[in-house]
Amino acid sequence: MTVTVSVSRRVFLKGMFSAGALILTVRYSRNPLLAAADASINSLADTATLHPSVYLGIETDGTVYIVAHRSEMGTTSRTSLPLIVADELDADWKRVRIEQAIGDVRYGNQNTDGSHSIRSFYGAMRVAGATARSMLIQAAALQWGGLAADCSTDIHVVIHRPTGRKLQYGELASAASKIKVPLESEVKLKTKNSWIYIGRGTPSYDLEALCTGKPVFGMDAEREGMVYASIAHPPVFGGKVKSCNASEALKVKGVRETIAIEPFKPPCGFQPLGGVAVIADNTWAAFQGCKRLDIVWDHGPNVTFNSSDFKKELQDTSHRPGKVVRNEGDVDAAFAKGGKIVEADYYVPLLAHASMEPLVALAEFKDNKVTVWAPTQNPQAVQDIVSKQLGIAKEDVTCHVTLLGGGFGRKSKPDYVAEAAVLSKKIGRPVKVVWTREDDIKFDYYNTVAAMYLKAALDTKGKPIAWLQRSVFPPIDSIFDENTVYGPARHLQQGWTDIPYDLPNLRIENGPAKAHVRIGWLRSVANIYHAFAIQCFSDELAHVTGQDSAEYLLNLIGPKRVLDLRDTNYLNYGASYDEYPFDTARLRRVVELACEKSSWGKRKFPAGSGAGIAVHRSFLSYVATVVEVSVNDQGQVRIPRVDTVVDAGLIINPEATRAQFEGAMVFGASIVRSGEITATNGVINQSNFFDYPVARMDESPFQSNIHIVDSDAPPAGVGEPGVPTFVAAFCNAVYAATGKRIRELPMGKYNFS
Amino acid sequence: MIRITVNGIPRNFDGNPEMPLLWYLRDVLKLTGTKFGCGMSLCGACTVHVNGKATRSCVTPVQKVTDKDITTIEGLGKDGLHPIQKAWMQTNVPQCGYCQSGQIMQAAALLSTNPKPGEEEIQEAMSGNICRCGTYQRIRAAIKLASEEMA
Repeated sequence: MTVTVSVSRRVFLKGMFSAGALILTVRYSRNPLLAAADASINSLADTATLHPSVYLGIETDGTVYIVAHRSEMGTTSRTSLPLIVADELDADWKRVRIEQAIGDVRYGNQNTDGSHSIRSFYGAMRVAGATARSMLIQAAALQWGGLAADCSTDIHVVIHRPTGRKLQYGELASAASKIKVPLESEVKLKTKNSWIYIGRGTPSYDLEALCTGKPVFGMDAEREGMVYASIAHPPVFGGKVKSCNASEALKVKGVRETIAIEPFKPPCGFQPLGGVAVIADNTWAAFQGCKRLDIVWDHGPNVTFNSSDFKKELQDTSHRPGKVVRNEGDVDAAFAKGGKIVEADYYVPLLAHASMEPLVALAEFKDNKVTVWAPTQNPQAVQDIVSKQLGIAKEDVTCHVTLLGGGFGRKSKPDYVAEAAVLSKKIGRPVKVVWTREDDIKFDYYNTVAAMYLKAALDTKGKPIAWLQRSVFPPIDSIFDENTVYGPARHLQQGWTDIPYDLPNLRIENGPAKAHVRIGWLRSVANIYHAFAIQCFSDELAHVTGQDSAEYLLNLIGPKRVLDLRDTNYLNYGASYDEYPFDTARLRRVVELACEKSSWGKRKFPAGSGAGIAVHRSFLSYVATVVEVSVNDQGQVRIPRVDTVVDAGLIINPEATRAQFEGAMVFGASIVRSGEITATNGVINQSNFFDYPVARMDESPFQSNIHIVDSDAPPAGVGEPGVPTFVAAFCNAVYAATGKRIRELPMGKYNFS
Repeated sequence: MIRITVNGIPRNFDGNPEMPLLWYLRDVLKLTGTKFGCGMSLCGACTVHVNGKATRSCVTPVQKVTDKDITTIEGLGKDGLHPIQKAWMQTNVPQCGYCQSGQIMQAAALLSTNPKPGEEEIQEAMSGNICRCGTYQRIRAAIKLASEEMA
């Protein structure tokens, strides 16, 4: 084994492949022949003199190259993960160069979604930095003829404590590269009190570039000889072109040709939708040409899809017994005993992502290989779908990840990248596919429409003795298997099967629903509709029983305990339940802190104003939010203040965490105020920001105070968990201010004047 | 032939005069700091200055800016960073950053005509610019900071 490692390292040092692959974990290893076939996949970290890990390289001039293998869409993970490496390395952050990784299995999972970049890679990043640090120390000790135990590090330097001698990292890189890379078990990690970056954080590595218009987003990628494409997609999901007259399109100055793209073979997965592409010399000509295409469509079976009928269908299903996904006690017997019965229907429509950067991708097909530049959350999925679409090996697809102008889950689905690759192969030039905003909104993978039915029986003190909740939604899995109609465990776990209340009789059900559009995940996914229903229903119960909403919520949660979820298929976001138990003590604490920070119950609100509260655990983080609203005579709802308390375990970058939660409050405001996608005869009715509005400055919280709980618990998610509590707390606040209960989103359906 | 000045450099454009300024800047001049967001003047990502005034380049045909001075994000800080850019950095405004060129150009235009904008004035001037990441609170703070710094 030792021999293998050292031989491999020598091979690598000639620039052929990564030795770190063998050291970190077997899972990250790659075939050296594949790497040799295309030298461009080597990163600067790979070719640096000292390269103990796929994530890290150190040059003799002291430059530290750290690979950001997850996508940057605004969460600062491109900064925060390398920061962990730099901390364990005791590196000078100013001498760190961050390199964005291409899609490559040797980096492990690169699908930047599910709020787990830090959680999943915190350990690997620490080991990477500590491994290099250990090798630098050993190299210095050898040079000094001393003991490694007598050496320590300070910023970018190894110190021999007995003599005070120092050697810079750059000076040691070459000697350190000859040292056997230690096993993970041999590497000593720093203790918390010696951290220099973790917990303190730093601004985004790209901050100045982002303020000066310099960085390259997908929209800005360019290749010599590139042409632009705009695509007319089938207006109804599953439709195809019957006939196309392109004569008017071809008259547009700058339009070169039109090309048909085959419809997908079901299930759609991440395949292109099909349609007709207009190829042009610039983006605008491509757009103009596309508008002038005269296409007769075969709409296919989804032409019968109408949102208003579908809503009724979902709600009817939610009133019938469904599949039982968690059952405790005997709900039917408890309901039969009587007590006060409260029932409610909650509904959340389809939601679009509407990232500021519409979908875009650049591809160059050459010599039976493809190189793409794309704002993608999932470069390995790009390799996968592009290789399948073109019938080439996955290793012959090189995916460069640009910065993403937002993603929110949409850019995990690389249909748009596959379009660019297919077109480049057909015309033998680099092609940049640019979606219009209309394409972006009409051909999304929508967050699913969902109907929830809840029923509770209350005892004389107002406490529920029986609780039934049933949700019905077309599942995301329908894009991979059209016949899937029930919610899978990984979405039912999102705030539904893990209801954290102390209930003697509980039954949770899920009913069937067929998808008629592409369904996908959007920031916090199923937590949006599940938390909305449960947290607003809880508020209803508090009001019905004349109790304070926050106190009632704490009573519902009940005593401090770890939830026993063994009787349901609870996936815990893929994390170990021992390491990340659902702990109601932490849930209670965020509620109590939110009350304290917002002076809950201590403030007198004038008429038309009020506050609402909600609590939720998602992506392993505990969050409570108090929203304050004021409603004027015209019915305009303003949000003067929000207090959100976050317990996400160990925080690497507090400033970035606060920014994520501030942003989640705005994202939630969009969902509540105006988020609704509908279809008529299968065609999506919305198209741009006038009919799919998102929150603007005056519609967003004026002041969001984000309070981070100091915690030594293992790190959890921060990108998504702010959305569900805000949505519910905002609606509860509107009730407090107006007496109107929002059971259906968006709020625009209600009149508050 | 249309003559315009972009970031102080005189340019001659002989393409389709109907082409929006946005695409001339991006696809022809390769000034990609100005972004495409909606194509309908709804989001502000494409905001540039035309003779100092904040203008949505996605709906402004090149012929409409004949003989005018265009400033894009690339030309905003003539000698280093503009105070508004410094304030943006100090406040850590950007998340994904895609809309920020437009936000910064809009804010710079606001401060050039109204150096001490009030809360309502900031809101009114900035409400045409969408940020999907939700950085509005920091945008407001950065504008106030720049306003103080520039005073």
